[in-house]
Amino acid sequence: MNKVLLEVRGLTKSFGALLASDNVDLEVLEGETHAIIGPNGAGKTTLIGQLAGDLVPDRGRVRFAGEDITALSAPARSHRGFARSFQITSIYADFTALENVMLAVQAHAGSSFRFWSPARAERALQEPARRVLEEVGLGARAGVPAGSLAHGEQRALEIAMALATRPRLMLLDEPVAGMGAEETQRMIAFLSTLKGGKTLILVEHDMDAVFSLADRVSVLVYGRIIATGTPQEVRANAEVRHAYLGEEIAA
Amino acid sequence: MNSRTRAIVLASGLALLAAVPPLAGLLDQPFYLDLVRRVMIFAIAALSLNLILGYGGMISFGHAAYLGIGAYAVGVLAHYGIDNGFLQWALAIGASALVALAIGAVSIRTSGVYFIMITLAFTQMLYYLGISIEEFGGDDGMRLAVKSQFGLIDLNNTIAFYYLVLAILVLFLFLGHRLVNSRFGMVIRAARSNEARTRSIGFSPYPYRLAAFVIAGAMCGLAGALLVNHTAYLTPEFMNWTRSGELMFMVILGGIASIAGPVLGAFALLFLEDALSGWTEHWQLILGPLLVLSVLFFKRGLAGLLFGKNE
Repeated sequence: MNKVLLEVRGLTKSFGALLASDNVDLEVLEGETHAIIGPNGAGKTTLIGQLAGDLVPDRGRVRFAGEDITALSAPARSHRGFARSFQITSIYADFTALENVMLAVQAHAGSSFRFWSPARAERALQEPARRVLEEVGLGARAGVPAGSLAHGEQRALEIAMALATRPRLMLLDEPVAGMGAEETQRMIAFLSTLKGGKTLILVEHDMDAVFSLADRVSVLVYGRIIATGTPQEVRANAEVRHAYLGEEIAA
Repeated sequence: MNSRTRAIVLASGLALLAAVPPLAGLLDQPFYLDLVRRVMIFAIAALSLNLILGYGGMISFGHAAYLGIGAYAVGVLAHYGIDNGFLQWALAIGASALVALAIGAVSIRTSGVYFIMITLAFTQMLYYLGISIEEFGGDDGMRLAVKSQFGLIDLNNTIAFYYLVLAILVLFLFLGHRLVNSRFGMVIRAARSNEARTRSIGFSPYPYRLAAFVIAGAMCGLAGALLVNHTAYLTPEFMNWTRSGELMFMVILGGIASIAGPVLGAFALLFLEDALSGWTEHWQLILGPLLVLSVLFFKRGLAGLLFGKNE
């Protein structure tokens, strides 16, 4: 559990005068759950975007399993073993929950330049998709259009779509955003079942989620990582307390 | 409405189309044969546009280009004395696919308004090219002296030609249905619905969109070959931007994201046009507001009214 899976060096990205990522260094170990926290506007979403391949950094490198993937697109990274969930729920509202997950399976199950047989009827797509839906607790909701699912269910569907690509690394952008207390607990419990098996990068505001899930935490402030360590170490770090956690812990 | 009822409605519609020639003969109204045949040719073109517009989310404002290329393929070969229909139609399909490949390769890199404008611009280029070639009649166009020759099927026989067009329409409805439900179809629909998600699960939409664009262009090229045989006249007007607009209207009026929708749209638009223009010369003043109202109130189009929520 100590091999470096993802290595980020000197990642820099600015939008005009705003430096959203300032020389970010980050190492994520195989199998760990690594949380990235930081106040609003710290550059978390920009960082995730660069890790996922949606945003091109101005400078710096990203290495994954020893390979330099800085120039790879999001689809190419997906085929290297990246998967992500989005901060704002991103699903196919008109497709059923099952079809949503089947598409994710399809992307990793041979060519999609097939024009004739109905994709919905393919058991090789259906069966893995059903298994993943069961896993996230949506087994009974497979036939429901994704747009009609409750918010918490849609968040679970996001995770299901990421899981269905059988990733090595999952980028989870605020997986419990907007969830009620009970749903949050359920999601945390589910994510903890993934721990160890998969490498997780968790960007999260919810401190309960962070401290109950993360093996290590990196703190991002104004585009820079000011501390990395175990949750206890980070909690004890004076700079972090000052920059970010102070108020919340006091409260 | 379940899929069985939908199939029954669709089958009745097609049966009705099949009954047009004997009915027109019985009522001694050959004009209707001509009208319905023309509508079906446009329905084929609209159906092909719907694959990219409705299912692929690519709002092409230049689909008439392929009507024109298909028509010119037939007309130009005939002009030089080559009247073999198989050759002519193969060229119509092949040339349309090639041009769609070239236009698509550039246009699909853009999106939104840019995509609309760039597809329009390409088609206008072809339109002006058609106007400028004096050999083929320039902006006057030229008569198609001999219709495409197929040996067994004689296109001069209006009824045989009618059933050929109907058969191609049915074939394309079936092909379209298979296509949008295939793996390929699911990818282009997914990319339309949510591009970021589609990329993140591992699909790069570009090659799928381009392939859909080429397929739609090729299908519309065949409609162009039918159209020039129907009118027996080749004119660059087939590629006029208003023609592209009409095709879009058929798709939107009929209902996007439903395979049979554009066929309904073609019938509604062209029949309305025919009825209103017989009644008053200012028919466009009436048609315009009707179209605006239909877009406002029937968001899912005529297919939405008839079939309910679609696949």
